Amino acid sequence: MMDACGIDGPDALFAHLPEEVRMRKPLDLAPGISEYEIVDYFRRRAAENANGYASFLGAGVYNHFRPVLVDTVVSRGEFLTSYTPYQAEISQGVLTTIFEFQTMICQLTGMDVANASMYDGSTAVPEAAMMAARLTGRRRALVARSVHPEYRETLRTYARHQGMAVEEFGYLEDAGTIDLEDLDRKMDDATAAVIVQSPNFFGIVDQVKAAGEMAHRRGALLVLVFTEAVSLGLLRPPAEADIVAGELQSFAIPPSYGGPFAGIIATRERYVRQMPGRLVGQTVDTRGNRAFCLTLATREQHIRREKATSNICTNQALIALMATVFMTVYGKEGLRELAAQNLAKAHYLAGQLKPRFSGKFFNEFVARVDGGEPEAVNRALLKQKIIGGLPLGRFYPELADSVLLCATEMSRREDMDAVVKAMGA
Amino acid sequence: MITKVRNHISQNEALLFERSSPGKKAWQLPGLDVPPVEAAEALGAENVRPEIEDFPEVSEVEALRHFTRLSTWNYAIDYGMYPLGSCTMKYNPRVNEVVARLEGLAWAHPYQPESLSQGCLEVMARLEAALAEITGMDAVTLQPAAGAHGELTGILLIRALLESRGDSRKKILIPDSAHGTNPATAAIAGYAVENIPSNANGLLDVAALERIVDGGVAALMVTNPNTLGVFEQNIVQAAEILHAKGAMLYMDGANMNALVGIARPGDFGVDVLHLNLHKTFSTPHGGGGPGAGPVAVKKAFEPFLPLPRLNRTRGKWSLNYRRKRSIGRVRAFYGNFGVLVRALAYILAHGGPGLRNATVDAVLNAVYIRKRLEPFFELPYRSPNMHEVVFSDLRQEAHGVRTGDIAKRLIDYGFHPYTVSFPLIVHGALMIEPTETEGKLELDAFIEAMISIAQEAETDPQLVKSAPHHTRTSRVDEVAAARKPVLRWKRA
Repeated sequence: MMDACGIDGPDALFAHLPEEVRMRKPLDLAPGISEYEIVDYFRRRAAENANGYASFLGAGVYNHFRPVLVDTVVSRGEFLTSYTPYQAEISQGVLTTIFEFQTMICQLTGMDVANASMYDGSTAVPEAAMMAARLTGRRRALVARSVHPEYRETLRTYARHQGMAVEEFGYLEDAGTIDLEDLDRKMDDATAAVIVQSPNFFGIVDQVKAAGEMAHRRGALLVLVFTEAVSLGLLRPPAEADIVAGELQSFAIPPSYGGPFAGIIATRERYVRQMPGRLVGQTVDTRGNRAFCLTLATREQHIRREKATSNICTNQALIALMATVFMTVYGKEGLRELAAQNLAKAHYLAGQLKPRFSGKFFNEFVARVDGGEPEAVNRALLKQKIIGGLPLGRFYPELADSVLLCATEMSRREDMDAVVKAMGA
Repeated sequence: MITKVRNHISQNEALLFERSSPGKKAWQLPGLDVPPVEAAEALGAENVRPEIEDFPEVSEVEALRHFTRLSTWNYAIDYGMYPLGSCTMKYNPRVNEVVARLEGLAWAHPYQPESLSQGCLEVMARLEAALAEITGMDAVTLQPAAGAHGELTGILLIRALLESRGDSRKKILIPDSAHGTNPATAAIAGYAVENIPSNANGLLDVAALERIVDGGVAALMVTNPNTLGVFEQNIVQAAEILHAKGAMLYMDGANMNALVGIARPGDFGVDVLHLNLHKTFSTPHGGGGPGAGPVAVKKAFEPFLPLPRLNRTRGKWSLNYRRKRSIGRVRAFYGNFGVLVRALAYILAHGGPGLRNATVDAVLNAVYIRKRLEPFFELPYRSPNMHEVVFSDLRQEAHGVRTGDIAKRLIDYGFHPYTVSFPLIVHGALMIEPTETEGKLELDAFIEAMISIAQEAETDPQLVKSAPHHTRTSRVDEVAAARKPVLRWKRA
């Protein structure tokens, strides 16, 4: 090949680079290693992490069983090693699965349209807020303190440089639901979005309907956030929301130390042209057969450049496919049953503790630790190979004596009993 | 005809919703070891939904067949060459998939104690160090989820540094050959965008830059090598012009596959850059993602990097949140960790010498394609190319055949198309990036297919214009899809 190119060695390929930019010494990286050594290296790293622990952590990342079919499907090279489906004629596989994904997200959320995925739930929130700003022509967002703290931090990072003011409103000390009076006080006619999570960060089914009414009265949009998608197997879809921004990690996506996950944005049909992210639409080919393709691309960066609705390009397609297979496997009955098991487990655990808030909860709840030192309780639990709940002091100083506990279908009764015992109940 | 395809069975498959039957199930759950609770009581009757209308109901084997059949309707790297320019579609090593699924890594919860996360933190630290070495930069954040997210992070870092100096600027300069994400990012970061026309060689116009750069310019965003696959010869001079006026040089690392082991952005004046681990570092594209877009910076930007940062004390890793000057978080948790694992596996497999060899092969492959196809396709810019080569459809257009037609015809020969009509500065661009993955056999098959299509464009243009002919789906009506959007299935 070098001969065909008329060059006498690899260096000739780079001869045109200015002398001062070329590396003078080789990369300071060890020589390559074999497949066995790679596996061995990562096995050792994996062994340095928690292994064989029961965990009661939730807080946006949930331990749910991953049906075997999920990895079987996403490991197929045709899904794993294909690019974004710009060439529709040879991408009908991924386009069809995205169309099914969009459909199922609409069925779950009660929305009319859903996009093909966002990076995760946390980045879906600022994207939803910016969308609300474009739709209303306003530049202020009111976000509940019971929205995931790291989602709120992400929102602030995005909003700061867009001239968007972000203010927070509180939660009720007894119920753990949003403080509607505080929201009402802070509402004004410049507010584009009211952002509420349900189940909220404390696991509590929040006052979505009331928040929606309050937002709509002042011409703002309601952005509904969810982090625990399994709850949608039982919970009423958020009909009052104008935009739903959610995280699908619960749908067979491994916790993987925080990513890759898959976020979604779903909305009303009339708002579709202000949506961020890719959309797949149905059409026909020249033979009149049903076909799918990426559509409404005039919203997107590769067409609209600085006037695009978002800069997102690469999304989380393969992760969204995990969620698609999960939804297919569980289906209509299974998702409800899975949600019911989560509800039962969490209520069993809570029944023996004293939940701090009186609000109705799904599979997470806040509990005070006897003696008020969550870290000490968790240290004791670690000795029994149990990772306890998340100490809340780092996010909510007023809840420094409490933990956020999550139970799922994978939580065993004897481990829950051990947690109860350690918490001094 | 020079093809690597022949006709084969392609099965029909209805949508999930159309092949559902009430009562079918693919799910299993263990028996409940705690008392069941009444949903209406626990959640409030008003909060409980009726059944999810039209949600699928299929058996396990039906679910498996459904997705397997659909998968066969896709082209993939595993089938053959995927010469999408600027996308770096290289082989995705399967060992990376195995290690990312190791239980201790895949099931690590982001809030589990740091003492039980040392393996994850070590993986991240090692990757940060390797990327810093490869780019010649001082510090790296792994948090951004994809290239465009990295761009946003990088531009926010530039803004933060400038503002810390009391220097608020309004504008980002972007060459007209840039990816669409660059201007979109600048706008989201609150900057105005000014486009700079490329010079006659398709390169950054340094004279124009000199004229334009003033105290209002925050940064120039440049891709190097640029989207023509050509190294920006005057990059050092451009950096000097910018720095003299207090502006920064941002590099889009989409084309880093041309530089690894050969040249380091940190050595030619770049202040901030992002990498695409799903391009240069072999993590799978998965039909559109996930990716990862780490950002590498010079020392001055380090205090502003997203929270948290890795910290090592007394032989243990921890996460440091106490950094007052940070731009904050750009997402929850620490990044697309599973993607980071795969990228580190790729770097370990290659090592320093292997990474450089990959770059050599990637560039050699692109130069070889250029040499072989130059007699048949118009080469609009004659500068030496690196990892990709961009032709124009000028000669074929004379017969009414455009780049999009050639691309569709390429499918009939068994290849995924190249990148079509980009960069915008080339009339009817054919942007071809072979990557180091392809050997001479596959490259020659591709080249012969391209030559054959060039001949067809002259002898039988209609054949090319109506391609593809051998796919299960023929040309798709994208206009109809956008005119009357059908974005979800509904019961008729």
